[in-house]
Amino acid sequence: MLDFEQYIDIFLDESKEHLQNLNQCLMTFENNKENFETINEIFRIAHTLKGMSATMGFETIASLTHKMENILDGIRSHKLQADQAVVDILFEGLDILEEQIKSIESSVKEKKTDISDIISRLEVMENPKKTEIVSKKEELILNSTNDNTNGETSKIDLKISSEDMETISSVSEELQKDGYNIYKILVSLEPNCMLKAARAFLVFKTLESNGEIVYSDPSSDDIEDEKFDLEFTLLYSTKIEEEEIKNMILDISEVKSVMTESFSLEKIETYSQPDSKENEEAEDFKMDKSESEDSVKSDSKKSSDSSGESAAKKNKTGKTVRVDIDRLDNLMNLVSELIIVKTRLEDDEISSDAQNMAEAVEYLERITTSLHDAVTKVRMVPVERVFNRFPRMVRDLSRELNKEIELFMSGEETEVDRTVIDEIGDPLIHLIRNSLDHGIEIPEERIKKGKPEKGTVSLIAYPDGNTVVIEVSDDGAGINIPRVREKAISKGIITAEQARDMEDKNIAELIFDAGFSTADKISDISGRGVGLDVVKTKIEALGGNVEIETQQNTGSSFVIRLPLTLAIIQALLVVIGNEKYAIPLNNIKEITDINKNNIRYIEKKEIVLYRDKPLALIRLSSVLDCPIQNELAEEMTVVIVKKGDKELGLIIDSLIGQQEIVIKSLGKYLNYVKEIAGATILGNGGVALIIDTNSLF
Amino acid sequence: MNENQYVIFRLGSEFYGIKIDNVETIERIMPITRVPKAHTYINGVINLRGEIVPIIDLRLRLGLEKKEYDSETRIIVNKMQDMMIGYIVDSASEVKEIPASLIDYTAFDNNIDETFVKGVGKIQGDMIILLDVDKIIQK
Repeated sequence: MLDFEQYIDIFLDESKEHLQNLNQCLMTFENNKENFETINEIFRIAHTLKGMSATMGFETIASLTHKMENILDGIRSHKLQADQAVVDILFEGLDILEEQIKSIESSVKEKKTDISDIISRLEVMENPKKTEIVSKKEELILNSTNDNTNGETSKIDLKISSEDMETISSVSEELQKDGYNIYKILVSLEPNCMLKAARAFLVFKTLESNGEIVYSDPSSDDIEDEKFDLEFTLLYSTKIEEEEIKNMILDISEVKSVMTESFSLEKIETYSQPDSKENEEAEDFKMDKSESEDSVKSDSKKSSDSSGESAAKKNKTGKTVRVDIDRLDNLMNLVSELIIVKTRLEDDEISSDAQNMAEAVEYLERITTSLHDAVTKVRMVPVERVFNRFPRMVRDLSRELNKEIELFMSGEETEVDRTVIDEIGDPLIHLIRNSLDHGIEIPEERIKKGKPEKGTVSLIAYPDGNTVVIEVSDDGAGINIPRVREKAISKGIITAEQARDMEDKNIAELIFDAGFSTADKISDISGRGVGLDVVKTKIEALGGNVEIETQQNTGSSFVIRLPLTLAIIQALLVVIGNEKYAIPLNNIKEITDINKNNIRYIEKKEIVLYRDKPLALIRLSSVLDCPIQNELAEEMTVVIVKKGDKELGLIIDSLIGQQEIVIKSLGKYLNYVKEIAGATILGNGGVALIIDTNSLF
Repeated sequence: MNENQYVIFRLGSEFYGIKIDNVETIERIMPITRVPKAHTYINGVINLRGEIVPIIDLRLRLGLEKKEYDSETRIIVNKMQDMMIGYIVDSASEVKEIPASLIDYTAFDNNIDETFVKGVGKIQGDMIILLDVDKIIQK
C-alpha cells in the first residue's frame, strides 16, 4: 500500500479543491442544463476524485463517486435526461463526499455513513436505460468477448514462449480446477503518462489484491524498469468478474483503456464443450460475487485498521496557508536586511558613536515595521474561502423557502488574516440566512410592492484602511422599526420613555440584544432576530463591529468591520497596584477623572453620576487582587469601557499610555483565568497581562 | 536512548527527578509576572524568548514551605501536550541515568490522587524521588 501518512495531506487538499470545483460546476450546470462543457468538467472531477480516493483506500468515497460518474456519463452521452431530480441527487452525493472528507481530515478515517440509500437511488436513476448507457468502449469489449466465444481469433495478442507456456498451462489448469477464471488483460496507458512504471505497479498491486497475475508481457522486471511502450498484457487468475476487473484498473489514473478477454487453455488447445462452460461460468458468477464482496469487506477493514493507527499518532491535520512565493521572497529579503543591521550593531566602532548608533536603530525600526507588514501579508487569505460556500447555501435555502433569490458577490479577492477567516464563516451564514428568511419577501408580495420578483442578496467585501468591510445586504422588506420598538418595550429591554427618545438607527440595533433574540416567535416581526446577538458577540470577539442600515420596504444591510489582523492591537497600558496591565483600545469609550466624593454606594456597589447617567465602578485592584495604592487620593482615574451599549468604569491607579501590542496567549494551562485575555511582551522584556474587559460586566 | 535519563533537581534536602524527554530548557530565575485568580501554586508567567510560559512553584505544588529564590534557583521548562510549563526548583545540576531495574514503584499507589510520585530511584545509596509531571499539571 502507499505511504498513507505522506499523502493524506495532499489528498485532503486536492479533494477539497475538487469538491469546491464540483460544487461550482454543478451550480452552473443547474442553471444551464444544456451546457455539456460543464458536464464534461464535472465528470472529469468526479473521475479524478474516484481515482484518488480509491488509491488512498477510501472505499465509500470511491464507490459513491463511481455511481455519480455513471449518471454523469449517462447525461454526457445523452442517454439520461438531466432534470432537477438528477441535479438534486448529485448535490446530495456531493454533500456526503464533503462530510467524508471532513471526517478524514479530523480523524483520518472515513465516516461510517450508510450510503446504500443514495447508491441505490443513483442506480435506479441510472437503470431505466441502463443497457443504453453502457458506453461505446464497453460495447466494443463486449463484442470482443462475444467474438471470442464464437471462436474467432483473439483480439488481444499475447506472445508466450513455449517454455513459459508449459508453466502457464500447468498453473492455470490447477487454478481453473479451483474455480478461478483466467483473463487476458490488455492495459494501455495515456500517451502523456509520466510515471509509466509506477502506474503499471499500481495496476499490478490492484490486481494482486483480488487474484494472481500468472504471466505478464513484457515481464514484470521489464515493466518495473519502464522497458515497455504504453501497453502491457497480463494473464490474470481471479474469482471476480471481468467487468469489475476493468473498473478496478480504470480507476487508476492515467490508464487509457483496458481490454479483457477470458483466457482458457482449451481455447488454445481445443475448443471443447463451449456450452457446458457457459453454464459453469454462470454458476461461478453467483459464488464469485459473494466472495468478492467478502474480500472488499476485509480490505476496507484492513484499511480502517491502519488508518486507526495513524489517527492515534496524528489526530488532526494542521492548519495551513498557501503563500505566494513573492511574499516569501520579500520576507527573506527583509530577514537578510535584519542580519545586516545586526552585524552593524555588533560593530564596536558604531556602538561608541551615538550618531551612528541612532542611525542603525532607526534602520532597524524600519525593517521591523516592514517585516511585520510582510508577515501579516503571509497570513492573509482571500475571503473567497468563506464566500464560495454561499452560492450553494443560498440556492438550497431559497428552494426551501420557495423564494427566488439571487446572490451577488464581489470583492472575493479581499484578504483577511487566516484566523479571522476561520471565525467569520458562522456569523456570515447567520446574516445571510436572516436576509433570506426574514428580509426577502415571498414573490407575490414583492410583485405587489412593485419590486422585481427575484430578490437579491449581496455580499460585498473591500478593504478600508486598517480594516476589512464585509457587507451583507438585501432588497427585502427592511426592519420594521415600530414593531421592533414595540417588541423591545414588551420584552423590557427598553422603557417606553427611552423608546420615544431613541433614533430609528438605535432601535434597529436592538435586534442584536441578547434578550431580543431569545423571544419565542421572532419571525412574526417582519424584522430579523434569530441569534443575532451571537453574530454581534462573535464579531466583537474578533475585534470588529457590526452596524445596520435599513429602510422600510427597500431592504437592509449589515456592515461588518474587521481588523486586518488579530495578533497586533492598540492598547492602553495602565498601572494597577505595582503591576502593568493592558486594556484593548477598542473596548475603551473614554478616560476620565472622578472625584472620590461623588461616589455613591448602591447595594454595596459603587456608582457615580457621569454625564447625567449612572455609571457602575469597579476597582480593578480588588478584582485582580493587586496591592492597593492611592487609597487616599481625591481624584481617581477611571477608564470607561463598553460592551454593547453597557458601560462600566474601571478604577486604575495611573496611566502609562497607548501602545501597539502583540497578543500572546496564556496557553491552555491558564485559560481558566477569565479576567485575562492574554499577555504581551513589553519593550523591556517584561510581561503585561491583557484584561478581558468583557468578562467584568 | 533517553529512556532512562532523568533531570535531577533539589527541593529542600531531597533530590527529585523528572524524565528528560519533556524538558525543553533549564533557566535561571527571571522576573515573573503574577497572574491574578490563578491557582496559588502558580507563580505567574515569564517571557521565555518571546513565548509566554506559565510557572509552577514546585515547592507549593508538592506542599512544601515556600522559600525565597536565590542564585541557585532554577526554572525547569517542560514541553508537554503542546504547552510549555516551567517548574521552580531549589537547584538543578545534572542528568542521570536510572535503569528501570533500580526504580521501586511499589511504595506508591498511582491511583491515589494525592501523590505526584511515580517511584523512587536508588543510585549509589542516594534516593531520587521520580515525579509524574502529568499529575503535577492536572488541576
